[in-house]
Amino acid sequence: MRPLRRRRIILVALILGAVALATSAMVYGLSQNMNYLFTPSQVLAGKAHAYRSFRLGGMVVDGSIKHDQHSLLVDFSVTDGDHTMPVQYTGILPDLFRANQAVIATGRLRDGVFVASEVLAKHDATYMPRELKQAMAQAHLKHHIALPAAEAAP
Amino acid sequence: MNAFKLWYHKLGSPPYFYVFAGYIQPWLWTIAIVLALLGLYGGLVLAPPDALQGDAFRIIFVHVPAAWMSLFVYGVMAVSAFIAVIWRPKMAEVLAMESAPIGAAFTLIALITGSLWGKPMWGTYWTWDARLTSELVLFFIYLGIIGLYHAFDDPRQGARAASFLAMIGAVNLPIVHYSVVWWNTLHQGTTVRYFGPSSIAPSMLWPLLLMTIAAKFYYGASLMGRSRVALLDRERGKDWVADEVRGGDVHG
Repeated sequence: MRPLRRRRIILVALILGAVALATSAMVYGLSQNMNYLFTPSQVLAGKAHAYRSFRLGGMVVDGSIKHDQHSLLVDFSVTDGDHTMPVQYTGILPDLFRANQAVIATGRLRDGVFVASEVLAKHDATYMPRELKQAMAQAHLKHHIALPAAEAAP
Repeated sequence: MNAFKLWYHKLGSPPYFYVFAGYIQPWLWTIAIVLALLGLYGGLVLAPPDALQGDAFRIIFVHVPAAWMSLFVYGVMAVSAFIAVIWRPKMAEVLAMESAPIGAAFTLIALITGSLWGKPMWGTYWTWDARLTSELVLFFIYLGIIGLYHAFDDPRQGARAASFLAMIGAVNLPIVHYSVVWWNTLHQGTTVRYFGPSSIAPSMLWPLLLMTIAAKFYYGASLMGRSRVALLDRERGKDWVADEVRGGDVHG
């Protein structure tokens, strides 16, 4: 290899290495501080104290959904398996909102109740036809396997 | 020098590449269109509705191939850019620079279809989660490369500057890909895996894979066409271009 090309390769490698290093440091730093959401456990542990408004993520607890008869007010609880948190929301819920569905609510904590201004439904990375899902749910029941949350939805 | 190496070096010569690209372009187009038609029929007609999302999930057959291509095209562009900066062959510059608009288009399609999918399912068109934000950054990097390339009067100088930007921007690729792993995001994780089982039913997977391969062939066809036009423009003073234009011998 000619010296000129070798010099170019070394120069490019050094610059790319520096950029890669800087970016990984940034990504590492952000992974500690930048969170799209907090789980109920994290909120109860005081991790979200610094934020007036934040996002709360978790599964909607089965049987906790209570619609108000005369308004769009809805109460439900979200859980991450360890801790549960009550949520209050007024508005139209996304199509995927249902029990045992992962949701992300934006809002603030008021007297232990998370008052949400927006509720988004998170969907998991599985895609399957309805028949297959029913068959799997039946097989799970037959063999007494606890239903994974996403499959337990009606 | 073995046959492959000889062919590789020949491809680096603009007149030879021009003819070669003109020869393979119709084949790439044909394969892309046939695979896309099969994939769309399989995805929109044959595949069953999703258990949770119903028919709305069918946008996956456009969204996921476009999103994959936004990364794939960038990868190809970054490798050509690296070769262009170190060894300075004209063809590598042309391939890198002509890849950028195609990649930008795929990125835009991924962003738009994703937002249309997000509204009914998530409840919002847009949210600043790590996957969506890093894909938007990818789009801006593409635009930056295209802009920098055209900011120079001399296309060779512009291509070298833009190639450098393309190489540096490649650090964003792992961030886009792993964003759903590294951070808590609204966007779901990986569905189709190279290793281990995919979490998608086979009746939905095969149209998705066909669409992915079709997108690759479309990229090839489009790149060949764009490169031929770019070559005619760059080499307009050369004899072979004059011959090509005057001869009226139309390829592809």
